[in-house]
Parts: sequence; C-alpha cells; structure tokens
Amino acid sequence: MKRAQLVIGLVLVGLVVVTAVVSIFWTPFDPVRVVPGQRLLGPGWPHLLGTDGFGIDIVSRLMVGARTVLFVGIISVGLAAVVGVPLGMLAGQAGGWVDEVVMRVADIVYAFPALLLAILLAAVFGGSTLTAMAAIGIASIPAFARVARAGSLQVIASDFVLAARASGTSRWAIAGRHVLPNLAPLVGVQASVGFALAILAEAALSYLGLATPRPNPTWGNMLRDAQELMWVAPLQALWPGLAIALAVLGFNLLGDGLRDYLDPRLREVS
Amino acid sequence: MTEPLYRAEALTRRYRNGRTEVLALDAVDLSLDAGQRLGIVGESGSGKSTLVRLLAGLDRPTSGRVWFEGTEITGLPERRLGFLRAAVQMVFQDPRSSLNPRMNVGDIITEPLRSRLVRRQLPGGIDHARRLAEVLEAVDLPADSGTRYPHEFSGGQRQRIAIARALAPKPEVLIADEPVSALDVSVRAQVLNLLTDLVAAQGLTLIVVSHDLMVVRHLCDRLAVMRQGRIVEQGDTASVYGDPQTDYTKALLAAVPKIRIEG
Repeated sequence: MKRAQLVIGLVLVGLVVVTAVVSIFWTPFDPVRVVPGQRLLGPGWPHLLGTDGFGIDIVSRLMVGARTVLFVGIISVGLAAVVGVPLGMLAGQAGGWVDEVVMRVADIVYAFPALLLAILLAAVFGGSTLTAMAAIGIASIPAFARVARAGSLQVIASDFVLAARASGTSRWAIAGRHVLPNLAPLVGVQASVGFALAILAEAALSYLGLATPRPNPTWGNMLRDAQELMWVAPLQALWPGLAIALAVLGFNLLGDGLRDYLDPRLREVS
Repeated sequence: MTEPLYRAEALTRRYRNGRTEVLALDAVDLSLDAGQRLGIVGESGSGKSTLVRLLAGLDRPTSGRVWFEGTEITGLPERRLGFLRAAVQMVFQDPRSSLNPRMNVGDIITEPLRSRLVRRQLPGGIDHARRLAEVLEAVDLPADSGTRYPHEFSGGQRQRIAIARALAPKPEVLIADEPVSALDVSVRAQVLNLLTDLVAAQGLTLIVVSHDLMVVRHLCDRLAVMRQGRIVEQGDTASVYGDPQTDYTKALLAAVPKIRIEG
C-alpha cells in the first residue's frame, strides 16, 4: 500500500517529465502562434483538448507548460538545496553561536512572505521566469537548512562519527564522508516536496503575471487567460488546473513514498 | 620509577542537562601501565563511559588532568592530538551504529589510516590494501569483505569489522566500551576470545568497560569498580574477586548468576 504511493507518484512525475522532454522536440501545433479563425474550439480532432481564446492548441500549450514548470522546479529547488543544505550542516556541526545565527536568519527568511519577495523581485527586475525561480528558491532555503541541520545532529551523535573522531578524522572529512551521504535521503524527500511547492508557487506567480510573461505558455498564465473566459468556455480552466493538481499530487506522493521507503525503522524490519 | 602509560588526576566531568547538573565523574585518579588490561565495571550511569571518553580525548573534563605517555592531553587542541589518535583506538557497544551504513567495509576499516593526524604518526605510511587484508585476517573475516556493506554481515561479524578498524593504525591501546553487550549471547564468547587473542598477539594495552563482570574477568588483569562517578575499588582482578573490600563490590559480585562447572 505504501509502495502504491511511491508508484503513483513516480508515474505522475514521469508523465510530467516525459511530456516536458517531448515538448522540446515536438508539439502537435505551434504553442504560441495565434490562429484567429480557430478560437475556443471544444475538445475533438485534431485539437484533442480544443483551442484557447487565441486559437492555440491547448495540448501544445500544456506540454510546453510542463517544461516551464520542471525548469522552474529544478532551478529553484536546486538553488534552495545547494544553499540550504551546507548552511544546515554548518549550523548542526558547528553548534553554538554559528548555529544560532544561521537558524535565526533562516527563521527570518521563512517568515518573510514568499509572494512579497516575488513581487519585489518582479518590481525591480521585471516579472520573468528568472525572478520567479529566484523568489521560490530563496523562500525554500530555510526548509532545506532545517532538514539538513536536524539530520546532521542525528548523524553527529552516532557512534560511527565518534569512531571517526577517535582516529583523528577532520571535521571536513566527517561532513563529506559521514554526514552528507546520510543526509541524502532526507534531502531527496525534501526536494520532492519542495518541487510540489515550487510548481504551485510558479503557477500562482504566473497567474498574477509576476513570472513567465505571455505568450510563453505556463499552466499559471493559461489559468489566468481561462479566467477571463470562465462564462463562455469553462473547460478552458479545467485543463491547466488539472495539470497543476496532478503534478503537485505526483511530487507529494513521491516525497511521501520516498520517506516511507527510506525510513530506516521500516527497513530494519523487512 | 617509569612513567605510566596513562595517568589521570582528579578527573571531573559535569554535564548540564537543562537546569539540573549531573556529576558524571567525581575526582577520579587512575594510573595504567603499558601492557595492562584494565576492566572498568559498574552499573549504568556510574561514569564508566565518561571516563574512557576522556581518556580517548573525545570529551574534555570539567577539571582534572590526563597524561598519555607523559604528555598532558587535557587542553591540547585537536591538531596536536595526533600521537593519541594514532595510539589509542576504540571499539563501541553496538556495531549497528558504529559502522556507517553508507560506506563499504574496506573504506570503514581504512578510515583511520586516511586521517591526516594519524598519517603523520606512521613513519613511511601504511599500504591501505595490504593493511586491510592483514586486519581482516586477524579478525577472521573473509578476504573479500572489503567491497561489501555492513548490513550484509551478522552482528558478531560487524563487531569484528569494528575491531578490525581499531587495529588498522597499529594502536598501542584498545578501548572497548561494552564490546559484547549488544551482541547475541551465542557470539559473545567468540568475540571475547578474539579480543583476548589479539591483545596477547599484538601486545596491546586494553581498557574494557562493562557492566558484566564475567566479561571483565575473562579479559582483564586489573579491575576498577565505579559507582556514582567514583572509583570505589581497584586492584588485581583475582584479588578483587577473591577478597572484595567494599560492600558495593560484594553486592555486584553476588549479583552475578553462578554457574559452576565441576572438574
């Protein structure tokens, strides 16, 4: 049953990844070219999910949207992990005032509304995919720092680290050889959950016009376009909404599934 | 009179646990000569583990001093403890937690050899692959164990891996903290015999912490009995067993289940 969670998560995430990769080489129709004669077609052939208010094929736009979502997720989660994990390890291993300073700063960043940060960045640099990635990434750093710190404390308290210290192994070697490899599963779970949050945040920011600008399609700005046509063509909002929901669900299930799969207490029994 | 290998004077360690303060070690004096095999017994919380961690330089005393081979180690910075790190190795209680599950056995055993502090103490260096093969043979593990991971081994085998790691840098002193209490009863005797043989063959000085008097009696020629952070009695194993001086030691000895085999 727990395995099912992981499998469903993997399938949904796999679907997003495959769609995104395929969209680089091929989409059924041009995802940005306006075709005035074919506005708001219903689902059918050859436009499987119909066309939007500009006469553009919805399947094609969704496919390219998957690419944007993955790109934003990878960069923002990557940024958060690359900055957050070393900071958390530093806090956990150094302890004392270093720990105190790092974690209090993390608390402040955590308390700062991510949306406000995105608006600020968009106001200064102009709303783009890049500012959205930066805002989401920075807002996710504290979560990674906390996970890495908690994991480091646990690893450092273990006897194998004590044994390493007893033979004069340096702090750096302990961090690289013992702490980091044992953090990997925790960070993987956090990355998966962080990915889901990044997708939601990116959709929200695009919806508000603070991220990827039109005509480049993202699920968020597709929702925004659909909203204006809500009474004329309600199905328009369904597709990007469904895509967002399934992708978020997929990454959350994957995260939860990984957590259970990697839980040493559960594994020791098997 | 020659300098003892280990000398401790008025060693005290307090732990702060929230608002309460725990006196784990209370002005302990200790002296140990090279080649002796010291057993430290006492109930849990008596300060046994705290004492050996101070001796191994893994913790700092609140007050008091420790000398190793005539050099005071208390207060020395880590980078100047190389001579101690190379000469003193530890074996811990539970090999499930003392071996990193994500390292293979070869990397685990040769880890002490890769420490810069230890390398500086070993003139000419040690060939890692050859030393790995030597210690694997010494602890009776298959020669191909190096590429496997700890979870592929049984509890007794894992403790052999931990012992092999401790032997790798050719130490003078082996400190074993409850070396068999986490193991199945069926393999305890094997591991104890292995330790006995290794200590004899390599002329090691041994310090064993245990709550189990049988273990200490098997391994040690000197005995220190601890209670509430103090050493309440010490002497030759035989004389402490034969003629315990304090009521506490008598009670401890009386608590050992007696199985006598006539003959």
